[in-house]
Amino acid sequence: MRREIPIAITFIFGIFMILQYFVQHPVVSFLASRFQRWAIIVLSFAYVLGVSNILRVNGSKILRREKDWGYKLVLVLALLATLVIGLVQGLSKGTFFIDRIYMKMYMPMMATMYASLAFFIASAAFRSFRIRTWQTGFLAVTALIVMVGRIPLVYNFVWTRYPDLVEWIMNVPNVVAYRAILIGAALGAIATGLRVIFGIERSYLGGE
Amino acid sequence: MGKQLLVNSDAKQSKGTDAEWIHWERFNVLVIVGIFFVFVILLTNWAKRGKELRMREIAGIQAMGKAIEQASREGKPVVYVPGVFDVDNIQTIASMAILVHVAKKAAENNVRLIVPLNRAFLIPLAEESVKKGMDEAGKLDAYDPDNIRYLSDDQFAYAAAVDGIMLREEPAASFYLGGFGAEALILAEIGHSVGAVQIAGTAETQQLPFIVATCDHTLIGEEFYAASAYISKDSKLLGTLKAADIVKATIIVLLGVGSILEFFGIPTISGWFLVR
Repeated sequence: MRREIPIAITFIFGIFMILQYFVQHPVVSFLASRFQRWAIIVLSFAYVLGVSNILRVNGSKILRREKDWGYKLVLVLALLATLVIGLVQGLSKGTFFIDRIYMKMYMPMMATMYASLAFFIASAAFRSFRIRTWQTGFLAVTALIVMVGRIPLVYNFVWTRYPDLVEWIMNVPNVVAYRAILIGAALGAIATGLRVIFGIERSYLGGE
Repeated sequence: MGKQLLVNSDAKQSKGTDAEWIHWERFNVLVIVGIFFVFVILLTNWAKRGKELRMREIAGIQAMGKAIEQASREGKPVVYVPGVFDVDNIQTIASMAILVHVAKKAAENNVRLIVPLNRAFLIPLAEESVKKGMDEAGKLDAYDPDNIRYLSDDQFAYAAAVDGIMLREEPAASFYLGGFGAEALILAEIGHSVGAVQIAGTAETQQLPFIVATCDHTLIGEEFYAASAYISKDSKLLGTLKAADIVKATIIVLLGVGSILEFFGIPTISGWFLVR
């Protein structure tokens, strides 16, 4: 029963969500949106699981003074402080939570991580464009053509029709490969969906 | 007269609304899903009767086992990142199915498996998947709940935390299997810097170039969805893969014929693929 009930629930809701794509009756649309809201509510309860997991995993290491326990203490204290301040003050503008914690700590840290992508792109590109086989050579030459095509000096003074070549590379060979991957992925997603809905794939549900 | 016309118009509209329960403009999708479904049933039954279904070799999947064996030799852990999407994304479900097999292989080789999570709802799923894998290997006692760690819902906070784990633990292998956003490149570059064998799989076409550039092996799109069936060799799962292959071959033929017809100004087949 531990597996049969989840499989039955998955089957009923899965089939309904497939059918609602093809049926436009208001009752079906209403039920579909209601089920999606239920999913959001159920998912939001998972935050309790998340907080308990963080406290359990890190708390035990702090108590046992394991390696790097100081970082874990900072994490737990930050979590509890954010939680308490947020609950006490609310989420309105002008509060310590929004003005200090969110805008002046959280946002800059996220922006820093995002900005680090620029350096990672450069290092990844450097490795990718090292010509070791004819395929990587082909990739490097194509990438060079596209990158040069973005420079105004080239298309203004060297060859005015250069952007057309770049557009052709982006819109024809690039899109062909992109769509091929997309069709394969879509069929894979449908196959996986059917496997899950019909209980053929049930390994993720755990043991008997 | 005018009133009569109005009544007729209302009646016609009402009748039309009642009659059009079905999105007829999506009928082509229904037909494809229906055909797919029929093939899934046929091939699954065929496989169940013992008929062998041949699958092509996928280098990335074979490399996963070797990477875990290497981790065992080096005495280092393995990190499994199941993407940054929630359980309502099919890629996450596919990733959880693969996690069972990775956990089994890790337990067989006495390798510590660390599973950092981006979504709290995945905690029970990941725990059950890892437990099942270790149970299948006959080593349930190797299961440590502290290795399944929820980190943060935010993609960059999660990336920073996973980077921290990789820099501290120095895993021998990192698996990135699931749906990813911009953080994929950050994760893979840090994984590369610690010398981990990196295997990634996703259906996110925007992230695939970054993953291909930074990882040793990549499961592209459908390969990622096929991984669980491919590893398990379960006849029913392989039946669904074969069904997908047949539908894909049909679509390729239709695309080829459609392109030729389109060239001659006959848009019949291309119209079949129009979805509103």
